[in-house]
Amino acid sequence: MHLDEIASWVKAAQGALASAQNLDQLKIARLAHAGDKSPIAGASRSLGSLAPEDKILFGKAIGAAKATIAAALQSATEKLENERDARILLEEVVDITLPASRSHRGGLHPISIIINEISDFFLAQGYSVVEGPELESGWLNFDALNMPADHPARTMQDTFFLEPIESGIVLRTQTSPVQIRTMLTSEPPIYIISPGRTFRADELDATHSPVFHQVEGLVVDRAITMAHLKGTLDHFARHMFGDEVTTRLRPSFFPFTEPSAEVDIFFNGRWIEWGGCGMVNPKVLETCGIDTAQYSGFAFGMGLERTLMVRHGITDMHDIVEGDLRFTRQFGVGL
Amino acid sequence: MRAPLSWLREFADIPAAISPDEIAAAFVRVGFEVEDVLHQGANLQGPILVGKVRSIEEISGQSKPIRFVGLDCGEKAVRSVICGAVNFEVNDLVVVALPGALLHGNFVISAIQTYGRVSNGMICSAKELGLGDDHAGIMVITNSQLPVGSDAIGALEISDVIFDLAVNPDRGYALSIRGLAREIALALKVTYRDPVDALRNLEFKNCGKGASATIADPTSASVFYLRTLSNFNPAAQTPLWMRLRIEKMGMRAISLAVDVTNYVMLELGQPLHAFDRATLQGGLTVARAGKAQQFTTLDGQERTLHPDDLMICDGSRPLAIAGTMGGLGSEITGNTTEICLEAVCFDPMSIAKNSRRHKISSEASRRFERGVDPSLAQLASVRAAQLLIEYGGASHLATVKVGEPNYPPRITLEPSYIPARLGLEISPAQIAALLRAIGADVDEDTFVVTPPPWRSDLQTPADLSEEVARMAGYDAIPSILPARALTATLSAKQRRVRAIASSLAAQGLTEVLNYPFTSDEIIAAMGYTRERAATYRLANPMSEDFPVLRTHLLPGLAQTAQRNIARGAKDFALFEIGSIFRNSQKLAPAISPELGKKPDAKTIAAIFASVPPQPVHCAGLLIGRIGTDSWQGSVRNYQWSDALAFVESILRFSNLTWELKRSDFAPWHPGRCAEFTVSGVPVAHAGELHPRVVAQFSLPLRSCAFVVNLDALPESEIVRTQYIGVMPVAVQDVALIVDANISAKSVETALREGAGELLESITLFDRYDKIGEGKISLAFTLTFRAPDRTLTGAEVARAREGAISNAVVKCGAVARTA
Repeated sequence: MHLDEIASWVKAAQGALASAQNLDQLKIARLAHAGDKSPIAGASRSLGSLAPEDKILFGKAIGAAKATIAAALQSATEKLENERDARILLEEVVDITLPASRSHRGGLHPISIIINEISDFFLAQGYSVVEGPELESGWLNFDALNMPADHPARTMQDTFFLEPIESGIVLRTQTSPVQIRTMLTSEPPIYIISPGRTFRADELDATHSPVFHQVEGLVVDRAITMAHLKGTLDHFARHMFGDEVTTRLRPSFFPFTEPSAEVDIFFNGRWIEWGGCGMVNPKVLETCGIDTAQYSGFAFGMGLERTLMVRHGITDMHDIVEGDLRFTRQFGVGL
Repeated sequence: MRAPLSWLREFADIPAAISPDEIAAAFVRVGFEVEDVLHQGANLQGPILVGKVRSIEEISGQSKPIRFVGLDCGEKAVRSVICGAVNFEVNDLVVVALPGALLHGNFVISAIQTYGRVSNGMICSAKELGLGDDHAGIMVITNSQLPVGSDAIGALEISDVIFDLAVNPDRGYALSIRGLAREIALALKVTYRDPVDALRNLEFKNCGKGASATIADPTSASVFYLRTLSNFNPAAQTPLWMRLRIEKMGMRAISLAVDVTNYVMLELGQPLHAFDRATLQGGLTVARAGKAQQFTTLDGQERTLHPDDLMICDGSRPLAIAGTMGGLGSEITGNTTEICLEAVCFDPMSIAKNSRRHKISSEASRRFERGVDPSLAQLASVRAAQLLIEYGGASHLATVKVGEPNYPPRITLEPSYIPARLGLEISPAQIAALLRAIGADVDEDTFVVTPPPWRSDLQTPADLSEEVARMAGYDAIPSILPARALTATLSAKQRRVRAIASSLAAQGLTEVLNYPFTSDEIIAAMGYTRERAATYRLANPMSEDFPVLRTHLLPGLAQTAQRNIARGAKDFALFEIGSIFRNSQKLAPAISPELGKKPDAKTIAAIFASVPPQPVHCAGLLIGRIGTDSWQGSVRNYQWSDALAFVESILRFSNLTWELKRSDFAPWHPGRCAEFTVSGVPVAHAGELHPRVVAQFSLPLRSCAFVVNLDALPESEIVRTQYIGVMPVAVQDVALIVDANISAKSVETALREGAGELLESITLFDRYDKIGEGKISLAFTLTFRAPDRTLTGAEVARAREGAISNAVVKCGAVARTA
């Protein structure tokens, strides 16, 4: 064994590994120069028979040679693998513009989406979301809201009655009976919103539907003022229509609020009536057993179809009620 | 309610510099929505003058009457024009458009040569001036002292701005020019003159025997003034200015006596009724009809009176539905010379009931049911008598008054209540000033507030707070969020419904929200029977085609699917989450406890119980293919199992376990419908629709559907996790031959029981039904794992054999050898 001999093995190995043209040739070169039958492996095995001083000398030399060959193998392997990958990936190119999905596109109805959105907005402010029945007692839908029988305000709302009429059961004209139910069964502080379906006997046309949706809010707490109502509506309007929106309260009349107001928004260059609101009429609180010396409250209500139409530029109510897939799918699963 | 600016200006000093838009905005600020602003006569251009007819020359030999008229228009020379109308005489005042004038409809007037004469202008009809459609003759200015040659547009208030305002039901007083002028004067902070002030001291002497007046039911009216006028000239004409104002208000002029009652109603807000005394048997009484009887109203309608109807009667019969509509037989005619003028302050509720029972919403009933100023029974009838005397030549015979006006009660206000309610800093002195502005009397020491007589709506301190806010301006109230420290979350059920809806939408279903109205025919077509077909009927449906409430969601989905198919859709899936209405309880008479105090717990519970349960369902309808055919190949149709899979996904979402069995429920295919039960309670059905139902609704063959009763699903329990093993698995396939009527589920259950506790999972991966002799082959993959060790081959073989032998015993299975 000679040190020159070891150097020549290294040189030969480096040459063979570097000149391999593909991974198959590399494998042959690796077996010949780094495998069990390679000269360096043979030399390594024969180390044991050498004199102790030679063992140290040649041991070091063989170790260094093996490391050099391994490094050459690794660099050759990397080079050839990169070449192979680049070629094959290029050959496997596809037309990624081919339609990927074959499944139906589904979607939530925009009314559901906006109910979720409004619910989340008010939940974050500590309002619970309360629902109630669509068939409702007339006493809860009208009387308790300070609209006793023959009150002129009742004629403002064309009500669907159930047979027999003496039952007083109606399709609720507003979600306000939910407020009454809540006040009859819980103690202030009350912070709720009630989204839901409501009914009035209007013919379906571009802006009306006999079946529509509302969201109402009710707050009953100590020291609640009309300024709080205004603040809440401003906040709500900005959330729904963007920070640029302006609101305006306009005196109005509802039997269940005093003072009462219509809330308008200035959106896309014009004033649009958005909903009704006011301070809860003490008569309503009294009917619900709430001490008006301690508590006051505000309430508001908006039509959701109207909100959608204004915000999304929907010009015809038919689109919202007819269930045409092409309309609903535009809104997707969320927002 | 309309309000012509010229009329408002009679009582409110509205400066000319304030534009109609600014006036409209001011109305909005104090709570009157402006529905329209009409610019009457805006397109007219002068010279349009008042002229006096000097001479009339009939031009003969024409196919229609033609007059050559000489007019004094205050000019040096007589002006001559040709006119085709004949409804005027020498000395009548008329409206003359001179050459150069522009009339309604861009009609330019010029001097023309016609019928062999030169016509230097035109005598105008109402239509040509843009005052309605009256083109029967020219407009004659009756009962007027207008100077000849004056500008007719200004003098007759032809050019005007008319505001069309929405008046809220609590503001009856604003259904009058008097009331609206007060509001606009307040909004613009200009001087207001109450037209009633001039009438307060006007009284007529009784100089004969007038008709008597009686209020038979004191709850129905507070005060009744009955003025009898004689010597009325039935030929007297309504003055043109009055007619024009009545027409601007959207009403028609009829005859002087009727026009005067309408005019005073429009001006002051008190409806009046004029009777021909010659037709009366004795005096007038305000009384209930007492019994059902026939009655013909002025509109010619025959009506059946309700015993509670409030009527005006004479000694023998009912004459008018009080405050609502007069009857035939006692009205003013062309021969009337003695007039009985009725002015009553009725109980608003009585008139509201009259109006509702007979479905008459008249100018009178609209005012009475909203409340009329009780002092007006006296003052408005003074005003009307004054006009009948002045323009109809009548003389006052006698006035009788019964009852006393009932003024709104005083309100004791704690001034600090106002800022506490409005969140607006305002001093007691400011509050008093604003309340005085609306006509209230305020004692600043005690803060006892006396509302003005026309404000019967002001009853509580809360009502006063609205008036203060309105007068201070809603804009003055600051905008503050309530200080709210508590938090809230959706309920578990709300979260579940949201998750279900989102997951179905994400799986390709489109949500729809159908009307809940349906018909007995549709319910029958779906095959629903008994309690699933029993529904509630609407007393007043939108359409007789859909008079009942839905008992299921599927009919609505089927109709929406039909609509989409008609619009070109082929393959799709719909779902809806909503309430259904089954007639599960007989509706009892309404419970209506007294208002103003909380009903007792029993009554509240009874009211809640009177409302029938309305469970929320989730239903889906699967039409055509599960997706779209594409370059990747074609896709299969939806099939019964897809409907079941959606139910399973909903139940899994809800963290529930279920049992499954075949069902023959409508509207499904009796061999392809599954019933899901949770804890033994049926909660859902799914499968392929019955071929008859599919045909009824023209849906594609083999359409599928599912329904889940979300209200029947129990609440999810908190998940207790199981140990997740990390030792290696052993996987074994087992193929079994069983009779075709053995369910896959029962074989799976037998394998599971027989395999013992080492079995981690089991999956049916193949089903082969072509082996004949009523047999099928079912192939399962069994996965075994021990928590603490690698399983030996012998352990796995034992477990596999245990599984197979249990299936042999329980299901008569025969193991297939590979």
